[in-house]
Amino acid sequence: MILLDFFTRLFSKEAAGSKEVARERLRLVLIHDRSVVSPELIAALKEDLIRVIQQYMDIDVESLLVNLENEDDSVALIANIPIKSLKRAVNI
Amino acid sequence: MNSRVLVVTSGKGGVGKTTTSANLGTALAMMDKKVVLIDTDIGLRNLDVVMGLENRIVFDIVDVVHGNCKLKQALIRDKRFENMCLLPAAQTKEKTAVTPHQMKNLTNELRGEFDFIVVDCPAGIEQGFKNAIAGADSAIVVATPEVSSVRDADRIIGLLEAAGLADSRLIINRIRPKMVKKGDMMDITDIIDILSIELLGVVPEDECIVISTNRGEPAVLGNVSRAGEAYRRIARRILGEEVPLYSLDESSNLMTRFKRMLKLAR
Repeated sequence: MILLDFFTRLFSKEAAGSKEVARERLRLVLIHDRSVVSPELIAALKEDLIRVIQQYMDIDVESLLVNLENEDDSVALIANIPIKSLKRAVNI
Repeated sequence: MNSRVLVVTSGKGGVGKTTTSANLGTALAMMDKKVVLIDTDIGLRNLDVVMGLENRIVFDIVDVVHGNCKLKQALIRDKRFENMCLLPAAQTKEKTAVTPHQMKNLTNELRGEFDFIVVDCPAGIEQGFKNAIAGADSAIVVATPEVSSVRDADRIIGLLEAAGLADSRLIINRIRPKMVKKGDMMDITDIIDILSIELLGVVPEDECIVISTNRGEPAVLGNVSRAGEAYRRIARRILGEEVPLYSLDESSNLMTRFKRMLKLAR
């Protein structure tokens, strides 16, 4: 068993040891963990977004979507905001 | 000196919170500080057995906050050190028997009597954790060099920051120098890089901990334990001394171990 272990180590790519695997897995799992924010925070962000955007456009508040999305090793804030109409007054 | 409330926490269970609380508390008491240890793991108390004080419990933390007894009546004075006490957790109650507000009042009351209030936090992130950190000035996060433990430590550090405890420091526990050398265990730099938190100390894996827990005598009391030596160093760092980290090379060196047995090496 020890001999087998020795040979696997000798010929496998992971000859450097398993800590590199641990580090890489941790890095990825933490990116995901840290991007999980509370629903309260998302709700507050949504309200603020609505307030700001409504100054410029008439938006469909009901079907507005705000989410954090993970892609491989990055996180993005995705907002889908349907516009009903643009306001004339602020067309500067 | 102003009194300090330190909470020892980790998220994950079994990484050595209670052992760390017992050893740091005892080490601080050995350096003539007035220390009180609080076990906040209601329902699963253990700090009493690790300290060897389980036979002397009359009242517990729930009795104190519910006014069934006076605070002083519930404090168990350690016979080895006059200046050290334990406030045990209740074994039969629920975690909700104490609130964060009550914990804050309790630690504030203890500030008048002690230099250090060491709070042993239960595993998890629920009420027990919230209670334990409620009155704390700073946190000591304990993690072992394993993926699961480091991940949970990251979550805990986030929760501590959210609660306003920004200057948490890390103890890496149960590190195995031989495995680190072989590249089969994350080393200190790996873990610090991932968690970006200040390092308070490193404690090597040590069979002496099992023996000292069997006996109810914290490892810092003896001279042979490597973990005990590491904890003594950490206690000195808590007091602001500049002490080098416990050297992991030294711990596997037979000659140094022999010298330490003869009390020649520090």
